[in-house]
Amino acid sequence: MNVTMTRLRYLSDVVSLELDIARCTGCRRCVEVCPRTVLRMENKRVAIVDRDLCIECGACAKNCEPGALSVYEGVGCATAIINGMLTGGEPTCGCSESDPESNTAPEKSCC
Amino acid sequence: MGKKTDRENKMPHWIIGKIDTGKVCVVSTDLSFRDQIGRVRSRLGSFRMRYTVNPSLYAVGEPDENSPVFISANYKLSFDLLRCSLKGIDAFILVLDTRGINVWCAAGKGTFGTEELIERIRGTGLDDVVRHRRIVIPQLGAPGIQAHTVHKSTGFRVFYGPVYAKDIPEYLKNGYKATQNMRTVQFNFRDRLVLTPIETVQMGKPFLIYVLSMFILFGLQPSGILFKDALNGGYHFVLLGAVSILSGALLTPLGLPLIPFRAFSLKGLVSGLVVVAAYFFLFIGGSRQEVLKTAIIFITFPVLSSYIALNFTGATPFTSISGVKKELKYALPCYILVSAASVVLFILYKMKLLELI
Repeated sequence: MNVTMTRLRYLSDVVSLELDIARCTGCRRCVEVCPRTVLRMENKRVAIVDRDLCIECGACAKNCEPGALSVYEGVGCATAIINGMLTGGEPTCGCSESDPESNTAPEKSCC
Repeated sequence: MGKKTDRENKMPHWIIGKIDTGKVCVVSTDLSFRDQIGRVRSRLGSFRMRYTVNPSLYAVGEPDENSPVFISANYKLSFDLLRCSLKGIDAFILVLDTRGINVWCAAGKGTFGTEELIERIRGTGLDDVVRHRRIVIPQLGAPGIQAHTVHKSTGFRVFYGPVYAKDIPEYLKNGYKATQNMRTVQFNFRDRLVLTPIETVQMGKPFLIYVLSMFILFGLQPSGILFKDALNGGYHFVLLGAVSILSGALLTPLGLPLIPFRAFSLKGLVSGLVVVAAYFFLFIGGSRQEVLKTAIIFITFPVLSSYIALNFTGATPFTSISGVKKELKYALPCYILVSAASVVLFILYKMKLLELI
Protein backbone atom coordinates (compact mmCIF):
# COMPACT_ATOMS: atom_id res chain seq x y z
CA MET A 1 0.00 0.00 0.00
CA ASN A 2 2.87 2.35 0.78
CA VAL A 3 4.73 1.47 -2.38
CA THR A 4 3.22 4.34 -4.36
CA MET A 5 4.24 6.93 -1.84
CA THR A 6 7.75 5.68 -1.28
CA ARG A 7 8.23 5.96 -5.00
CA LEU A 8 6.76 9.45 -5.12
CA ARG A 9 9.54 11.65 -3.83
CA TYR A 10 10.22 15.24 -4.64
CA LEU A 11 13.61 16.98 -4.94
CA SER A 12 16.31 16.02 -2.43
CA ASP A 13 18.19 18.29 -0.02
CA VAL A 14 15.88 21.28 -0.19
CA VAL A 15 13.62 20.84 2.81
CA SER A 16 13.88 23.38 5.65
CA LEU A 17 12.85 21.09 8.52
CA GLU A 18 15.00 21.61 11.65
CA LEU A 19 15.04 19.75 14.92
CA ASP A 20 16.37 21.11 18.21
CA ILE A 21 16.62 17.82 20.05
CA ALA A 22 17.38 19.49 23.39
CA ARG A 23 13.85 20.88 23.49
CA CYS A 24 12.10 17.59 22.65
CA THR A 25 10.02 16.23 25.50
CA GLY A 26 9.15 13.02 23.69
CA CYS A 27 5.38 13.67 23.54
CA ARG A 28 5.10 11.98 20.11
CA ARG A 29 2.67 14.59 18.82
CA CYS A 30 4.86 15.38 15.79
CA VAL A 31 5.15 11.73 14.81
CA GLU A 32 1.38 11.51 15.05
CA VAL A 33 0.65 14.50 12.78
CA CYS A 34 3.28 13.90 10.08
CA PRO A 35 1.50 12.58 6.96
CA ARG A 36 4.77 11.50 5.32
CA THR A 37 6.48 9.37 8.00
CA VAL A 38 9.43 11.75 8.19
CA LEU A 39 9.73 11.39 11.96
CA ARG A 40 10.15 8.45 14.32
CA MET A 41 10.64 7.97 18.03
CA GLU A 42 14.17 6.88 18.95
CA ASN A 43 15.21 6.54 22.60
CA LYS A 44 12.14 8.46 23.76
CA ARG A 45 13.05 11.44 21.57
CA VAL A 46 11.98 12.28 18.07
CA ALA A 47 14.34 11.70 15.16
CA ILE A 48 14.21 12.81 11.53
CA VAL A 49 14.44 9.54 9.63
CA ASP A 50 13.76 10.70 6.06
CA ARG A 51 14.11 14.46 5.50
CA ASP A 52 13.50 14.35 1.78
CA LEU A 53 9.99 13.00 2.32
CA CYS A 54 9.04 16.20 4.20
CA ILE A 55 6.56 18.43 2.37
CA GLU A 56 6.87 21.40 4.75
CA CYS A 57 3.20 21.31 5.71
CA GLY A 58 4.11 22.62 9.14
CA ALA A 59 1.91 20.25 11.13
CA CYS A 60 4.77 19.01 13.36
CA ALA A 61 6.14 22.45 14.18
CA LYS A 62 2.69 23.87 14.86
CA ASN A 63 1.81 21.04 17.22
CA CYS A 64 5.16 20.99 19.03
CA GLU A 65 4.51 22.76 22.32
CA PRO A 66 8.15 23.04 23.42
CA GLY A 67 9.13 24.32 19.97
CA ALA A 68 11.68 21.65 19.14
CA LEU A 69 10.71 21.50 15.48
CA SER A 70 10.77 24.34 13.00
CA VAL A 71 10.10 24.48 9.30
CA TYR A 72 9.55 27.09 6.60
CA GLU A 73 5.91 26.27 6.13
CA GLY A 74 4.00 26.61 2.90
CA VAL A 75 2.22 24.90 0.06
CA GLY A 76 4.35 23.35 -2.66
CA CYS A 77 2.29 24.87 -5.44
CA ALA A 78 3.91 26.48 -8.47
CA THR A 79 0.74 28.38 -9.39
CA ALA A 80 0.60 29.98 -5.95
CA ILE A 81 4.28 30.92 -5.96
CA ILE A 82 4.05 32.45 -9.44
CA ASN A 83 0.93 34.39 -8.37
CA GLY A 84 2.88 35.64 -5.37
CA MET A 85 5.71 36.80 -7.62
CA LEU A 86 3.30 38.62 -9.95
CA THR A 87 1.47 40.42 -7.16
CA GLY A 88 4.62 40.98 -5.13
CA GLY A 89 3.12 39.35 -2.06
CA GLU A 90 3.01 35.98 -0.38
CA PRO A 91 2.32 32.84 -2.44
CA THR A 92 -1.41 32.59 -2.98
CA CYS A 93 -3.52 30.43 -5.23
CA GLY A 94 -6.47 32.79 -5.17
CA CYS A 95 -8.89 30.63 -3.22
CA SER A 96 -9.94 31.28 0.39
CA GLU A 97 -9.28 34.89 -0.37
CA SER A 98 -12.89 35.81 -1.04
CA ASP A 99 -14.72 38.13 1.29
CA PRO A 100 -17.05 35.95 3.38
CA GLU A 101 -19.57 38.80 3.68
CA SER A 102 -20.00 39.36 -0.02
CA ASN A 103 -20.61 35.66 -0.62
CA THR A 104 -18.87 35.74 -3.96
CA ALA A 105 -16.49 32.96 -4.73
CA PRO A 106 -13.37 33.75 -6.72
CA GLU A 107 -13.59 32.64 -10.32
CA LYS A 108 -10.16 31.09 -10.38
CA SER A 109 -9.97 27.63 -8.94
CA CYS A 110 -7.02 26.16 -7.16
CA CYS A 111 -5.43 23.33 -5.20
CA MET B 1 -21.30 35.72 10.64
CA GLY B 2 -22.65 37.43 7.54
CA LYS B 3 -26.22 38.00 6.46
CA LYS B 4 -28.26 34.91 5.76
CA THR B 5 -28.84 34.32 2.11
CA ASP B 6 -31.88 32.66 0.58
CA ARG B 7 -29.79 29.60 -0.08
CA GLU B 8 -28.98 29.22 3.61
CA ASN B 9 -32.59 29.69 4.71
CA LYS B 10 -33.79 26.84 2.57
CA MET B 11 -33.13 23.47 4.18
CA PRO B 12 -30.63 21.42 2.13
CA HIS B 13 -31.89 18.06 0.89
CA TRP B 14 -29.32 16.07 2.86
CA ILE B 15 -30.74 17.16 6.22
CA ILE B 16 -33.14 14.47 7.41
CA GLY B 17 -34.24 15.76 10.82
CA LYS B 18 -33.29 17.39 14.08
CA ILE B 19 -32.27 15.88 17.37
CA ASP B 20 -34.45 16.56 20.36
CA THR B 21 -31.96 18.77 22.18
CA GLY B 22 -33.00 21.39 19.65
CA LYS B 23 -30.78 23.05 17.13
CA VAL B 24 -28.65 20.24 15.76
CA CYS B 25 -29.64 18.99 12.31
CA VAL B 26 -29.33 15.30 11.53
CA VAL B 27 -27.77 14.56 8.17
CA SER B 28 -28.06 11.55 5.94
CA THR B 29 -25.14 9.12 5.59
CA ASP B 30 -26.05 8.33 2.01
CA LEU B 31 -25.31 10.35 -1.09
CA SER B 32 -28.38 11.24 -3.10
CA PHE B 33 -28.36 11.60 -6.87
CA ARG B 34 -27.98 15.36 -6.43
CA ASP B 35 -24.95 14.84 -4.20
CA GLN B 36 -23.40 12.62 -6.87
CA ILE B 37 -24.00 15.26 -9.53
CA GLY B 38 -22.40 17.85 -7.26
CA ARG B 39 -19.47 15.54 -6.75
CA VAL B 40 -18.87 15.26 -10.49
CA ARG B 41 -19.41 18.99 -11.11
CA SER B 42 -16.97 19.95 -8.38
CA ARG B 43 -14.28 17.90 -10.14
CA LEU B 44 -14.83 19.72 -13.40
CA GLY B 45 -14.77 23.44 -12.85
CA SER B 46 -15.30 26.55 -10.79
CA PHE B 47 -18.54 25.12 -9.39
CA ARG B 48 -16.45 23.71 -6.57
CA MET B 49 -15.67 27.23 -5.40
CA ARG B 50 -19.27 27.67 -4.35
CA TYR B 51 -20.06 24.09 -3.28
CA THR B 52 -20.40 24.79 0.41
CA VAL B 53 -22.13 23.69 3.59
CA ASN B 54 -23.31 26.09 6.28
CA PRO B 55 -20.69 25.95 9.07
CA SER B 56 -22.45 24.51 12.10
CA LEU B 57 -22.88 21.48 14.32
CA TYR B 58 -24.54 18.49 12.65
CA ALA B 59 -25.42 14.95 13.74
CA VAL B 60 -25.43 11.51 12.16
CA GLY B 61 -27.47 8.64 13.59
CA GLU B 62 -28.74 9.23 17.12
CA PRO B 63 -25.85 10.73 19.03
CA ASP B 64 -25.96 11.48 22.75
CA GLU B 65 -23.68 13.35 25.15
CA ASN B 66 -21.05 10.60 24.93
CA SER B 67 -20.85 10.42 21.13
CA PRO B 68 -17.67 11.32 19.28
CA VAL B 69 -17.24 14.70 17.59
CA PHE B 70 -15.61 14.98 14.16
CA ILE B 71 -14.35 18.27 12.77
CA SER B 72 -14.73 19.00 9.06
CA ALA B 73 -14.47 21.74 6.44
CA ASN B 74 -17.42 23.45 4.79
CA TYR B 75 -16.50 22.23 1.32
CA LYS B 76 -19.45 20.02 0.47
CA LEU B 77 -17.25 17.32 -1.05
CA SER B 78 -15.25 16.98 2.19
CA PHE B 79 -18.43 17.01 4.27
CA ASP B 80 -20.04 14.35 2.04
CA LEU B 81 -17.03 12.06 2.36
CA LEU B 82 -17.18 12.34 6.13
CA ARG B 83 -20.91 11.80 6.60
CA CYS B 84 -20.88 8.78 4.28
CA SER B 85 -18.06 7.22 6.28
CA LEU B 86 -20.11 7.52 9.47
CA LYS B 87 -22.82 5.10 8.37
CA GLY B 88 -24.07 3.20 11.42
CA ILE B 89 -22.17 5.45 13.82
CA ASP B 90 -23.83 7.94 16.17
CA ALA B 91 -21.72 11.07 16.09
CA PHE B 92 -21.54 14.84 15.80
CA ILE B 93 -19.90 16.72 12.94
CA LEU B 94 -18.63 20.22 13.61
CA VAL B 95 -18.21 22.04 10.30
CA LEU B 96 -15.73 24.94 10.31
CA ASP B 97 -15.95 27.91 7.98
CA THR B 98 -13.10 27.23 5.58
CA ARG B 99 -14.62 29.38 2.81
CA GLY B 100 -15.61 26.26 0.95
CA ILE B 101 -12.08 24.84 0.77
CA ASN B 102 -11.13 21.25 1.63
CA VAL B 103 -9.42 20.38 4.91
CA TRP B 104 -5.87 20.01 3.60
CA CYS B 105 -5.77 23.23 1.54
CA ALA B 106 -7.65 25.20 4.18
CA ALA B 107 -5.26 23.97 6.89
CA GLY B 108 -2.36 25.23 4.77
CA LYS B 109 -4.02 28.63 4.54
CA GLY B 110 -5.04 28.72 8.19
CA THR B 111 -8.79 28.92 7.57
CA PHE B 112 -9.11 25.38 8.90
CA GLY B 113 -7.32 26.77 11.91
CA THR B 114 -6.98 27.01 15.67
CA GLU B 115 -8.90 30.29 16.01
CA GLU B 116 -11.81 29.24 13.83
CA LEU B 117 -12.06 25.92 15.68
CA ILE B 118 -12.08 27.59 19.10
CA GLU B 119 -14.71 30.10 17.99
CA ARG B 120 -16.86 27.42 16.39
CA ILE B 121 -16.71 25.24 19.53
CA ARG B 122 -17.87 28.22 21.61
CA GLY B 123 -20.45 29.44 19.10
CA THR B 124 -22.19 26.08 18.81
CA GLY B 125 -22.08 25.42 22.55
CA LEU B 126 -20.38 22.10 21.98
CA ASP B 127 -19.46 21.76 25.66
CA ASP B 128 -23.18 21.64 26.51
CA VAL B 129 -23.96 19.13 23.79
CA VAL B 130 -21.38 16.52 24.80
CA ARG B 131 -20.10 15.59 28.24
CA HIS B 132 -16.69 14.31 27.16
CA ARG B 133 -13.91 16.63 25.99
CA ARG B 134 -12.57 14.90 22.88
CA ILE B 135 -12.65 16.13 19.30
CA VAL B 136 -11.39 14.22 16.30
CA ILE B 137 -9.59 16.26 13.64
CA PRO B 138 -8.61 14.74 10.31
CA GLN B 139 -4.88 14.12 10.14
CA LEU B 140 -4.53 16.46 7.17
CA GLY B 141 -6.04 19.29 9.23
CA ALA B 142 -3.01 19.26 11.53
CA PRO B 143 -1.04 21.97 9.63
CA GLY B 144 -3.75 24.44 10.65
CA ILE B 145 -4.50 23.33 14.20
CA GLN B 146 -2.41 23.86 17.31
CA ALA B 147 -3.74 21.08 19.51
CA HIS B 148 -2.38 22.37 22.81
CA THR B 149 -3.85 25.84 22.26
CA VAL B 150 -7.26 24.36 21.49
CA HIS B 151 -7.04 22.31 24.70
CA LYS B 152 -6.08 25.33 26.81
CA SER B 153 -8.80 27.56 25.37
CA THR B 154 -11.72 25.17 25.24
CA GLY B 155 -10.90 22.18 27.41
CA PHE B 156 -11.29 19.90 24.38
CA ARG B 157 -8.45 17.50 23.70
CA VAL B 158 -7.52 17.06 20.06
CA PHE B 159 -7.32 13.53 18.68
CA TYR B 160 -5.89 13.36 15.20
CA GLY B 161 -7.90 10.92 13.14
CA PRO B 162 -7.02 9.07 9.96
CA VAL B 163 -6.14 10.81 6.67
CA TYR B 164 -9.06 9.10 4.94
CA ALA B 165 -12.57 9.29 6.35
CA LYS B 166 -13.22 5.70 5.27
CA ASP B 167 -10.82 4.54 8.01
CA ILE B 168 -12.90 6.19 10.77
CA PRO B 169 -14.86 3.06 11.81
CA GLU B 170 -11.60 1.17 12.30
CA TYR B 171 -10.07 4.17 14.06
CA LEU B 172 -12.94 4.22 16.55
CA LYS B 173 -12.64 0.46 17.07
CA ASN B 174 -8.94 0.99 17.84
CA GLY B 175 -9.90 3.40 20.62
CA TYR B 176 -9.06 6.67 18.83
CA LYS B 177 -5.72 5.38 17.61
CA ALA B 178 -4.68 5.74 13.99
CA THR B 179 -2.24 3.18 12.65
CA GLN B 180 0.77 4.24 10.60
CA ASN B 181 -1.11 3.35 7.41
CA MET B 182 -4.11 5.47 8.40
CA ARG B 183 -1.79 8.41 9.09
CA THR B 184 0.08 8.26 5.81
CA VAL B 185 -1.19 10.14 2.79
CA GLN B 186 -1.50 8.15 -0.43
CA PHE B 187 -1.46 9.41 -3.98
CA ASN B 188 -2.32 6.39 -6.07
CA PHE B 189 -3.49 6.23 -9.67
CA ARG B 190 -7.13 6.83 -8.81
CA ASP B 191 -6.30 9.81 -6.56
CA ARG B 192 -4.41 11.35 -9.45
CA LEU B 193 -7.04 10.46 -12.03
CA VAL B 194 -9.85 12.39 -10.30
CA LEU B 195 -7.67 15.52 -10.33
CA THR B 196 -6.97 15.48 -14.05
CA PRO B 197 -10.35 16.74 -15.37
CA ILE B 198 -9.98 20.09 -13.61
CA GLU B 199 -6.37 20.42 -14.77
CA THR B 200 -7.51 19.88 -18.36
CA VAL B 201 -10.66 22.03 -18.13
CA GLN B 202 -8.62 24.92 -16.73
CA MET B 203 -6.66 24.97 -19.97
CA GLY B 204 -9.85 25.39 -22.03
CA LYS B 205 -9.87 29.18 -22.18
CA PRO B 206 -6.17 29.67 -22.94
CA PHE B 207 -6.50 26.96 -25.59
CA LEU B 208 -9.37 28.76 -27.34
CA ILE B 209 -7.34 31.95 -27.44
CA TYR B 210 -4.43 29.96 -28.84
CA VAL B 211 -6.62 28.36 -31.54
CA LEU B 212 -7.93 31.74 -32.56
CA SER B 213 -4.49 33.30 -32.78
CA MET B 214 -3.18 30.34 -34.84
CA PHE B 215 -6.00 30.68 -37.36
CA ILE B 216 -5.48 34.42 -37.60
CA LEU B 217 -1.72 33.97 -37.99
CA PHE B 218 -2.01 31.37 -40.73
CA GLY B 219 -5.13 32.77 -42.35
CA LEU B 220 -3.69 36.25 -42.71
CA GLN B 221 -2.89 36.95 -46.33
CA PRO B 222 -2.33 40.16 -48.31
CA SER B 223 -5.91 39.74 -49.51
CA GLY B 224 -7.41 39.32 -46.01
CA ILE B 225 -7.97 36.36 -43.70
CA LEU B 226 -8.47 33.22 -45.76
CA PHE B 227 -10.25 30.34 -44.10
CA LYS B 228 -8.58 27.68 -46.22
CA ASP B 229 -5.09 28.96 -45.44
CA ALA B 230 -5.96 29.23 -41.78
CA LEU B 231 -7.06 25.61 -41.70
CA ASN B 232 -4.22 24.22 -43.79
CA GLY B 233 -1.49 26.12 -42.03
CA GLY B 234 -2.89 26.03 -38.52
CA TYR B 235 -4.40 22.63 -37.85
CA HIS B 236 -1.17 20.82 -37.00
CA PHE B 237 -0.25 23.56 -34.55
CA VAL B 238 -3.70 23.50 -32.98
CA LEU B 239 -3.56 19.73 -32.57
CA LEU B 240 -0.02 19.92 -31.20
CA GLY B 241 -1.25 22.47 -28.67
CA ALA B 242 -4.03 20.11 -27.61
CA VAL B 243 -1.63 17.18 -27.39
CA SER B 244 0.79 19.20 -25.25
CA ILE B 245 -1.99 20.25 -22.88
CA LEU B 246 -3.05 16.62 -22.50
CA SER B 247 0.57 15.67 -21.91
CA GLY B 248 0.97 18.17 -19.08
CA ALA B 249 -2.48 17.97 -17.52
CA LEU B 250 -3.33 14.30 -17.99
CA LEU B 251 -0.37 12.10 -18.96
CA THR B 252 2.16 13.55 -16.53
CA PRO B 253 -0.15 13.38 -13.49
CA LEU B 254 -1.18 9.82 -14.33
CA GLY B 255 2.32 8.58 -15.10
CA LEU B 256 3.92 10.51 -12.25
CA PRO B 257 5.78 7.58 -10.63
CA LEU B 258 6.89 6.18 -14.00
CA ILE B 259 8.20 9.28 -15.75
CA PRO B 260 11.90 9.91 -15.05
CA PHE B 261 13.21 12.87 -12.98
CA ARG B 262 11.79 14.28 -9.77
CA ALA B 263 11.24 17.86 -10.90
CA PHE B 264 7.75 18.27 -12.35
CA SER B 265 9.02 20.60 -15.06
CA LEU B 266 11.36 17.86 -16.29
CA LYS B 267 8.68 15.17 -16.04
CA GLY B 268 6.40 17.37 -18.13
CA LEU B 269 9.18 18.05 -20.60
CA VAL B 270 9.92 14.33 -21.07
CA SER B 271 6.25 13.51 -21.50
CA GLY B 272 5.84 16.43 -23.90
CA LEU B 273 8.86 15.44 -25.99
CA VAL B 274 7.60 11.86 -26.34
CA VAL B 275 4.09 12.90 -27.31
CA VAL B 276 5.19 15.66 -29.68
CA ALA B 277 7.78 13.41 -31.34
CA ALA B 278 5.14 10.72 -31.81
CA TYR B 279 2.78 13.22 -33.39
CA PHE B 280 5.51 14.64 -35.57
CA PHE B 281 6.68 11.34 -37.02
CA LEU B 282 3.16 9.95 -37.41
CA PHE B 283 1.41 12.91 -38.96
CA ILE B 284 3.95 15.44 -40.18
CA GLY B 285 7.27 13.82 -40.98
CA GLY B 286 10.52 15.64 -41.55
CA SER B 287 11.55 17.44 -44.64
CA ARG B 288 14.57 19.63 -45.12
CA GLN B 289 12.70 22.71 -46.25
CA GLU B 290 10.81 22.94 -43.00
CA VAL B 291 13.55 23.55 -40.47
CA LEU B 292 11.64 26.43 -38.92
CA LYS B 293 8.46 24.44 -38.55
CA THR B 294 10.34 21.53 -36.99
CA ALA B 295 12.12 23.90 -34.62
CA ILE B 296 8.81 25.41 -33.48
CA ILE B 297 7.32 21.99 -32.90
CA PHE B 298 10.20 20.63 -30.84
CA ILE B 299 10.95 23.82 -28.88
CA THR B 300 7.54 25.26 -28.11
CA PHE B 301 5.28 22.32 -27.41
CA PRO B 302 7.34 20.14 -25.02
CA VAL B 303 7.97 23.26 -22.94
CA LEU B 304 4.25 24.01 -22.86
CA SER B 305 3.70 20.51 -21.48
CA SER B 306 6.45 21.16 -18.94
CA TYR B 307 4.82 24.35 -17.72
CA ILE B 308 1.41 22.73 -17.30
CA ALA B 309 2.96 19.76 -15.47
CA LEU B 310 4.79 22.13 -13.12
CA ASN B 311 1.46 23.64 -12.14
CA PHE B 312 0.30 20.21 -11.01
CA THR B 313 2.70 20.46 -8.03
CA GLY B 314 -0.02 22.21 -6.04
CA ALA B 315 -2.43 19.32 -6.47
CA THR B 316 -0.07 16.69 -5.10
CA PRO B 317 0.60 15.80 -1.47
CA PHE B 318 4.35 15.27 -1.83
CA THR B 319 5.85 18.57 -3.01
CA SER B 320 7.37 21.16 -0.67
CA ILE B 321 7.43 24.94 -1.05
CA SER B 322 11.24 25.03 -0.86
CA GLY B 323 11.40 22.39 -3.58
CA VAL B 324 8.97 24.16 -5.90
CA LYS B 325 10.80 27.46 -5.38
CA LYS B 326 14.07 25.79 -6.33
CA GLU B 327 12.49 24.27 -9.40
CA LEU B 328 10.99 27.60 -10.42
CA LYS B 329 14.35 29.31 -10.14
CA TYR B 330 15.57 27.23 -13.08
CA ALA B 331 12.32 26.67 -14.92
CA LEU B 332 10.86 30.18 -15.06
CA PRO B 333 13.76 31.80 -16.97
CA CYS B 334 13.58 28.90 -19.44
CA TYR B 335 9.85 29.40 -19.93
CA ILE B 336 10.26 33.12 -20.55
CA LEU B 337 13.10 32.50 -22.99
CA VAL B 338 11.23 29.79 -24.88
CA SER B 339 8.04 31.90 -25.03
CA ALA B 340 9.97 34.77 -26.60
CA ALA B 341 11.80 32.43 -28.98
CA SER B 342 8.50 30.81 -29.98
CA VAL B 343 6.92 34.11 -30.91
CA VAL B 344 9.95 35.01 -33.03
CA LEU B 345 9.98 31.57 -34.68
CA PHE B 346 6.26 31.72 -35.49
CA ILE B 347 6.67 35.15 -37.06
CA LEU B 348 9.70 34.01 -39.08
CA TYR B 349 7.81 30.92 -40.22
CA LYS B 350 4.85 33.02 -41.30
CA MET B 351 7.16 35.40 -43.20
CA LYS B 352 8.66 32.44 -44.94
CA LEU B 353 5.21 31.17 -45.91
CA LEU B 354 4.47 34.60 -47.36
CA GLU B 355 7.79 34.36 -49.17
CA LEU B 356 8.99 37.55 -47.52
CA ILE B 357 12.25 35.89 -46.52
